[in-house]
Amino acid sequence: MSLSSWGVALLQALLYLALAPLLAGWVRKVKARLQNRRGASLLQPYRDLYKLFGKEARMAHTASPLFRAAPYIVFTATWLAASAIPFIATGLPTAAVADVIVIAGLLALARFFLALAGMDVGTAFGGMGASREMFVSALAEPAMLMAVFTLAMTAHSTNLSSMVDYQLLHSDILRPSYMFALTGLVLVALAETGRIPVDNPGTHLELTMIHEAMILEYSGRHLALMEWAAQLKLLLYGVLLVNVFFPWGMAQGIHPGALTIGLLVVMTKLLLLGAVLAASETALAKMRLFRVPAMLNLALLLALLGLLSYVILEV
Amino acid sequence: MGLDQLSLLQQLMITLSAMALFTSFALLEQARLVAAIHAFAWQGVLVAMVTAVVAASGGLEHLFFSAALTLGLKALLIPWMLHWLVRSLELDRHKEPLRHPALVIMAGVALVIFSYWLVLPMVEEELMFTRNIVAVSLAMVLIGLLMMVVRQQAVTQVLGFMSMENGLFLAAVSATGGMPLVVELGVAFDVLVAMVLFGVFFFQIRESIDSLDVDRMNRLTERTDEE
Amino acid sequence: MVELLPLWSAGLAVGLALTSALVALFSGRVVSLLRILAMPLFALAGLAALVAGLSAMVQGDILTAQLPLGLPWLPWRVRLDALAGFFLCVIGVVSFAVGIYGGGYVRGLEHGRDSLPVLGGFSGLFLTGMLLVVLADDAFMFMVSWELMSLSSYFLVALHHDQAANRRAAFLYLLMAHVGGLSILLGYGVLAAFGDGFAFEAMRSSELTFGWASVAFVLAFIGFGMKAGLVPLHVWLPEAHPVAPSHISALMSGVMLKVAVYGFIRFVFDLIGEIHWQWGVAVLAVGSISALMGVLYALMQQDIKRLLAYSSVENIGIIFIGLGLALLFLGTGHKMLAVVAFVAALYHTINHALFKGLLFLGAGAILHSAHERNLEQMGGLLRRMPWTGAFFLIGCISIAALPPFNGFVSEWLTFQAALQSWQLDSGVLRSLIPITAAVLALTGALAAACFLKVYGVAFLGRARSRHVRRARQVPPSMRAGQGVLALLCLLLGVLPTFVIALLNVVPQQILGQGLIQATSQGWLWLTPISPETASYGAPLVTITLALMLIAGLWLFGRGIRRVKRCDAWDSGFAPPNPRMQYTATAFAQPIRRVFGLLFHIDEGVKLQPDGRRRYQLNVNDRLWELLYLPVARGVERAARQVVRLQSGNVRTYLSWTLATLLVLLWIMA
Repeated sequence: MSLSSWGVALLQALLYLALAPLLAGWVRKVKARLQNRRGASLLQPYRDLYKLFGKEARMAHTASPLFRAAPYIVFTATWLAASAIPFIATGLPTAAVADVIVIAGLLALARFFLALAGMDVGTAFGGMGASREMFVSALAEPAMLMAVFTLAMTAHSTNLSSMVDYQLLHSDILRPSYMFALTGLVLVALAETGRIPVDNPGTHLELTMIHEAMILEYSGRHLALMEWAAQLKLLLYGVLLVNVFFPWGMAQGIHPGALTIGLLVVMTKLLLLGAVLAASETALAKMRLFRVPAMLNLALLLALLGLLSYVILEV
Repeated sequence: MGLDQLSLLQQLMITLSAMALFTSFALLEQARLVAAIHAFAWQGVLVAMVTAVVAASGGLEHLFFSAALTLGLKALLIPWMLHWLVRSLELDRHKEPLRHPALVIMAGVALVIFSYWLVLPMVEEELMFTRNIVAVSLAMVLIGLLMMVVRQQAVTQVLGFMSMENGLFLAAVSATGGMPLVVELGVAFDVLVAMVLFGVFFFQIRESIDSLDVDRMNRLTERTDEE
Repeated sequence: MVELLPLWSAGLAVGLALTSALVALFSGRVVSLLRILAMPLFALAGLAALVAGLSAMVQGDILTAQLPLGLPWLPWRVRLDALAGFFLCVIGVVSFAVGIYGGGYVRGLEHGRDSLPVLGGFSGLFLTGMLLVVLADDAFMFMVSWELMSLSSYFLVALHHDQAANRRAAFLYLLMAHVGGLSILLGYGVLAAFGDGFAFEAMRSSELTFGWASVAFVLAFIGFGMKAGLVPLHVWLPEAHPVAPSHISALMSGVMLKVAVYGFIRFVFDLIGEIHWQWGVAVLAVGSISALMGVLYALMQQDIKRLLAYSSVENIGIIFIGLGLALLFLGTGHKMLAVVAFVAALYHTINHALFKGLLFLGAGAILHSAHERNLEQMGGLLRRMPWTGAFFLIGCISIAALPPFNGFVSEWLTFQAALQSWQLDSGVLRSLIPITAAVLALTGALAAACFLKVYGVAFLGRARSRHVRRARQVPPSMRAGQGVLALLCLLLGVLPTFVIALLNVVPQQILGQGLIQATSQGWLWLTPISPETASYGAPLVTITLALMLIAGLWLFGRGIRRVKRCDAWDSGFAPPNPRMQYTATAFAQPIRRVFGLLFHIDEGVKLQPDGRRRYQLNVNDRLWELLYLPVARGVERAARQVVRLQSGNVRTYLSWTLATLLVLLWIMA
């Protein structure tokens, strides 16, 4: 835990901030291309954030101080959770601060305040968004934690850095438990980040929105923080999927050359993942709210099968 | 006996059998008939692949023939016949959702754990690896039986019965390196004949009671004075 | 002399509690005496108990004494070891907060019809009973104090006895408390039979066979489980806790349930001796079911106090999940892992006492100022009661197990204990324990949804009824009581290493080993098993969150600049009115729909004679019809058979007497 490793950890956290809008822009661009449109530029999310930060923020008459504080709390908790996930290097001290259960807890904290902000103004939209968000997350949580437990029981640790190191060490082994856990986590990630088929990130129709309903009343810098937090969450889940299951290329020290290679490799992996996400969003339609439990039950079943494969077949 | 001590082919076997278990669950849960038939076809493919891997790792050539037979029969011919049956019975769009899917999944998981508990006494060192796959195949058999209990449509009952047979085949292949070719061929033709007979019977049943709901077959009792 | 500080402090606590009771009972006409004298004495008793507990844990000695009470051949023995000390801390801190809060709360009752001497007197007796249960070192003193605790809380529950529903709730509570007490007594009886006496010392050294030990375990589990509120013996909890005055509900939910947990730990971990892993599986299963069912019931409620009572069922379930894991690991020989699970259960005990006490005090504050218990009538209370709102928010965040507050630490520890199940030999256990952990995860997420519903509907948005719109701020003493608990919630979340360092002496004494590695990396990192396995830097997380929050508010908000206000979005139709907000029932509807088959739900729209339509929703406990009503019917049928003995004829009774006398004489001959 030397000073330079803390420095690299800080650099990693800043990289998360900087690259989150880029991933969102990339997914939007690929989706547009698949739908025969040119689409907005890759840097458009940055311009949107810049514009929103410059605009004046307004609050409803009925909003309380919690409404004002919530964007900062949501943004901070999501950013802190993201910075604990190994991005370009393993063995950084931030991984020791927060293990995977703490990351889930921080994301839950962000979600709690997001939903509170939704209920704060006293309109029907916010309440609806909050109710649906808690409903989806309640069903997604056991699937996510079960998939994570499978990984933790194989690597004998909940520390993400240890899990990545373990996978790097034993990468020549075919594990059905990892395969099931990956599939389950992909479904959970779709639900948690609010992508199709669970929620449509581009809509503002009240019958179809979950995340957008909760942030409907926000404007200006508050809205910018909420949007940035949502993009960070997408990047967080993307990095979790690519770096824990396919960690090859990550730096295992703080040598500048290894770090650069690590960055390039993870960006390539994320670009691929983004393209796959865009393709699936184009191919699938958004589900009715009460079909979402079926999807999350499938995720839970996959996670359970992963655990059972680990216990029965792999030990 | 960790995973890292097994050869690549053995790891492949384990992965494929885990995927076959997943197809068992998919069969259990699937509401749409056509999708269930496809899941059964994939199960056939996976079992055939496991047979091929066992043949490659053990150098047992007759198993390659067995694998081809399974592939042809279980993955291609029988699903095609079922598909044709479904289309002629006009059931392609038929959906039969489970009433309590969560309970059924929990029962399935419980069966898997129970199968594992049953095979635990087999602790001999060289049998450990196959013992685990036998646990998975036993679970597949039990889940097939559970499917026959839980589902009402006659075609899905047949699928449950067939998936039981898949599980038994997988157990035989992984534990004992396959059955003698004569037995293999005999079983395969028995299954084929059974399929043809099922087809004939379905038409007859539908004509008698105008539905293929297994629960309604109790109309075929002697108490005709109630009708 | 300093070594005896814990004992003297504990004695002082008992004395102060009794004095508080007596002052209240004899206050008579002087109604303000309860507020001025009895409640402060109550708080001081709590403080003395806290001092006793802390000094007992810091010193780490086992102190015993003999009291000049009890039977001649069975005097009352008192024993203050680390486990008793820990639970004295739990009782003490919540009683201290309740004492401070109670001063302001009873002021509101002074002009009402409630009998204040009864309230104050039995509160003091209640606290005395609980303190004596924890200090008892023999079964006789334990049972007498247990009865004192149960009876005095019965009178408190029955305080508003003018309503029939309250009488029924109190009767159910008394009935189940006594059935549980009987079970516990029988359990002690089994131990005493083998151990040759009712003193705990004798029971500790007894040797039981597997069969008899299991019988004793089952009896104790039923008895203590009923008092703690485990499913299916929990039905008295949601009836009794809401009916009592709010500060008493805080004591009952926050402290009395923990005394039942203490009894269970004392009986199973200390007195029985050899532990079998099958018991652990049973406790784990019952705990998981209680946790899940508790939170689901809570989600269906609109009465805030009933909701909090069901949530207590959930948290007791989580405590018993930890205890079950500890028993399992002990029974299979993994003592180190058992210590982790045990510490997780203890941490959750103190956490629940703190945040449930806080939440009940908050509900009491709402009741005091808005006179409302129904969530559907509340709203916008954060504006009217900012301090209560802030403290209640801390309570909600803590109970939802979110970092950086205390609820998260105990859940983290429980998960870490469950994840170590890969070290077990049995494959079946290795697959079942992670499934239990997934159930715990589901419970946590549902609890977050539940308390989001409570806070969002009650404190945010707009008021849904007139009297809530006019709610006033509560008196400073009530705010101070809540503030103490909220501050402790934060401290126990941010500094877990200190708490565990303090707690460590309890598993050392009871199980023989403490958590060696927990603070091995310094006070910043909590590493219960080893640094490579898992670590949590709670202070760092908190400081980062706080710093970035302040930096964000400063950078972007330029200090506390006024933000201009405008109307909320209304889709271009009529302006939003309070009736357009989501209600509590609406919030829980998706979850009710998915988990509905676990309940008995009656939902329907009826056309009324005057042309209006009426929507009705009833969510009932299935256990009533499945378990309790058949048992009640069976008991009634049996009673009717016995009634045949009551013929009313004097000569029949005399003939019964003659027959019994003849049989006894014959036996003695």
